[in-house]
Amino acid sequence: MNLAKPMKWLSGGLLALLSIPAFAALNILACEPEWGALAQELGGDKVSVYNATNALQDPHRVEAKPSLMARARGADVLVCTGAELEVGWLPILLRQTGNPKIQPGQPGYFEAAHYVRMLEIPTRLDRAEGDVHPGGNPHIQTDPRNITLVAEALAKRLAEIDVANADYYRQRHIQFAARWKTAIANWEKLAAPLKGIPVVVQHKGFPYLENWLGLKQVAALEPKPGVEPSSTYLSGLLGQLQRQPAKMVIRAAYNDARASEWLTERAKIPAVALPFSVGGSERAKDLFGLFDDTVQKLLAALK
Amino acid sequence: MSFKRKTLAASIALALAVPLGAQAADSAELAQIREQIKQMKESYEVRIQSLEKRLQQAEEKAVLSAEEKVLSRPSDAQNSGPSTQHSALASSAFNPEISLILSGTYANLSQDPAHYRIGGFLPNGGEIGPGQRGFSLGESELVVAANIDPHLRGQFTLAVTPEDTVAVEEAFVQSLGLGNGFTLKGGRFYSGVGYLNERHAHTWDFADAPLAYQAFFGGQFKDEGVQLKWVAPTDLFVELGAEVGRGSNFPASNRAKNGSGSATLFAHLGGDVGASHSWRAGLSLMRTSPQNRAYDDIDSTGAGVTNSFSGNSRLEIADLVWKWSPNGNPVYTNFKLQGEYFRRHEDGDLTYDVNTANNTDRYASAQSGWYLQGVYQFMPRWRMGLRTERLDSGAASIGLIDNGTLVAADLPAFAAYKPSKNSLMFDYSPSEFSRFRLQFAQDKSRPEVTDNQMFLQYKMSLGAHGAHKY
Repeated sequence: MNLAKPMKWLSGGLLALLSIPAFAALNILACEPEWGALAQELGGDKVSVYNATNALQDPHRVEAKPSLMARARGADVLVCTGAELEVGWLPILLRQTGNPKIQPGQPGYFEAAHYVRMLEIPTRLDRAEGDVHPGGNPHIQTDPRNITLVAEALAKRLAEIDVANADYYRQRHIQFAARWKTAIANWEKLAAPLKGIPVVVQHKGFPYLENWLGLKQVAALEPKPGVEPSSTYLSGLLGQLQRQPAKMVIRAAYNDARASEWLTERAKIPAVALPFSVGGSERAKDLFGLFDDTVQKLLAALK
Repeated sequence: MSFKRKTLAASIALALAVPLGAQAADSAELAQIREQIKQMKESYEVRIQSLEKRLQQAEEKAVLSAEEKVLSRPSDAQNSGPSTQHSALASSAFNPEISLILSGTYANLSQDPAHYRIGGFLPNGGEIGPGQRGFSLGESELVVAANIDPHLRGQFTLAVTPEDTVAVEEAFVQSLGLGNGFTLKGGRFYSGVGYLNERHAHTWDFADAPLAYQAFFGGQFKDEGVQLKWVAPTDLFVELGAEVGRGSNFPASNRAKNGSGSATLFAHLGGDVGASHSWRAGLSLMRTSPQNRAYDDIDSTGAGVTNSFSGNSRLEIADLVWKWSPNGNPVYTNFKLQGEYFRRHEDGDLTYDVNTANNTDRYASAQSGWYLQGVYQFMPRWRMGLRTERLDSGAASIGLIDNGTLVAADLPAFAAYKPSKNSLMFDYSPSEFSRFRLQFAQDKSRPEVTDNQMFLQYKMSLGAHGAHKY
C-alpha cells in the first residue's frame, strides 16, 4: 500500500491545525466595559474582546467567577483599570489560571491607570478613611481626555504584542484619536453651562468628570467611600444643602437608586443616573455614546 | 543771522544726511547687526522657554511627589506614566502583603461540649464540636504572602489558637504563569477537594464547619505534598486537579515510609447563566491508606481502650454552588446556594485494644453525609442563612464481633447512628473587612441528647485587601 498520499494529507492537516492560531484574533479580556469598548475601537476585527464585568456591576465587588477563570486562561491581553479597583478578584484569575501572558510585568498586562494623572491620591492610608485606594481614585474613565491617553498607550501595546498587525492598530488609533478629539471639543462646547454647577454625588466616583467639566462637588451621600451614611450624617447633609444648594445628585448606573431618590424627595433636586461605563444606559452603546449620554443627562438635569 | 541760519540749515542737512549716509555706507553691517539681534532674541526665547519648561516640570514634580509620598506603585511593563522616586520606601517596598484575621465567639450551649461526639463516626482528633461555652477567642490567623520571583509565589498562614498554641495552617509555594493552564503548588496546604475545604474559616458563611467536614476530615483536610491543576482552554470553566501527599492527617495517618500516604483527584466545572447567575460543580476522589490509625473508646466493662485501623479509605465528594445577584452585582442583594455530599468506604483490619488484648480482624464500613445551605443578602450588609445537614454512619461489618471475639458494646464508637443538625444565622458586615454573626443551631450529633446552641461571633480582617475565591 502506498502511504505517500495519506501521509501528505495528514501532514497537510497538521500544518493547517498548527497555523490556525496565526489567523486567530487577539483574545482580550477587559476588566471593565469601557476598556473593552476601547480595545474594540483600536483592534477592529483583529481582536476578540470579552468584558469581565458589565456597567451594572460594581467592578470592585464582583467575584473571581468560574466564567472569568475560563476567559483568563485563554486571554492574550488583559486590559484593566488597575489602581486596586480589581483587587478582590483579579489576583485570583492571575494566580489560578497559569497564564504567563497576562502576568503583571508582561506586555499582556495593561493597566489604564498608569497612563493618566491620578486624582484623590490619599495622603493618609488608613481603613478608617473607608474604602480608599492607595493609587488614587480608580474611576478614571469619566474624563474623555483620559480615554485619549489610554487609547494611545493601548494602541502602542497592541502593536507591540501583535507585531504582524502593528500598522493596522496604528491606523485605527489615528482614526480614533481624530474622531475622539472632535467629539471632545463638541462635548466641551455643549457642556459649557455645566461649569461651576454644584452637585452632590452618591459615591465619590466622579472626580475626573468634575475635573473635566468644572462641576463642583459640594457633598457626597457616603460620608467616606463605601461607608453607609448614618441618619445624623444625612440630616446634616440636608441642612448643608439648604445653606448651599446643589443642582443635582449624580450616581453611577450600578449604584442603588434609593439613596439618590431619598435626597431628591427632600432637597428637591433631580437625581441623575449616569451610564458611568459603556452599556450603562440605552444610549451608551460605545465610548462616543457614553459621553453623548453623560453630557446630555447632566444638561437635562440643569433645566 | 545768516551764519546762524546757515549753521542750522547745515546741521539739519547733516542730521538728515548722516543716517542716510550711514545707511548707504553700512547697510551690510546693519543687516549683520540685525541678524545678531535676531539671533540673540531667538536664543533668549529658547532659553526662556526651556527655563519655563524646567520650572513647570519642577512644579509638577513637587506636586506629584507630595501627592504620591505614600504611594508605592507597582511597575507596569512600559510605564510612561508619572514616575517618582521612593527612596524613603526603598527598604520596605519589597515587604510582603500581610493580613491578620481576628475572631471571637460567645457561645451558649445547652450540652457540655466536653462530651461532644458525632455518633457513629470515629473520633478523629480534629477540630470538632461547637467549641467552648461562654466567651472565647477564635483562631487568630496571620497571612504573609508575596511573589518570590517572576515564577513563584509563596504564602504562609499561621494560626494562633485560643489555647496559645501556634500552628502552621498553610505554607506553600505556587507557580505563576506556568503556561498552558497548569499551576503547580507544593508545601502544606488545604486540599482542593470539595468546595469548602480550601476556604479559610473566616470566609465561611456559618460559625462552624458542616458536620460532614467535621466527621470525615476532622475540620478541613490539609496535607503536605504537591498539587497540579490544569484549566482547560474552553469558555466553559473546566479545571482538573491532582494531589499526592504525606497523608499526615485524618482520614490518613502519619507513616514513617517513603512514597505518599494520600492521593486526590478533583474536577470542577463552572460558568454563567445569563448575567445574574453563576455556578460551579465539582467531583472529588480521595484515597488514603492509614496505618495503625488509633482512637480511644470504652469497652463493655467500662475500661478505656485504644483501638486502631489499618487499611484503605476511599472518599468521594460531590459539590455544587449556585450564586444569584441582580445583573451580577452582589452589592445590594444576592443569594448563594451551596451543597456537598460525602461518601466514604473503609476496609482493612481493626485491632482491638492495641496495648493488651491486641485482637485483629477484618473491618469494612460505608458512611455518608451531606449539607445544604442557602445564604441570602436581603439588604446591603445584612444576610441570613439556613443550613441543614445529615450524616449516616451505616452499619460497619466488624470481623471481631461477627466471629464472637467481642460484643457490640465493646466497640461503642461503631454503634450506627444518623446525626443531624439545623442552623440559622444572621450576619451584619459594616464593611468589607468586618462581620458580626448570630447563629442558632439544633445539633443532634449525639444519640442521647440534643444540643441547642447559640453563637455570637466577630470576624475581622486587618491589613492587605485579600482576594477571595469564588
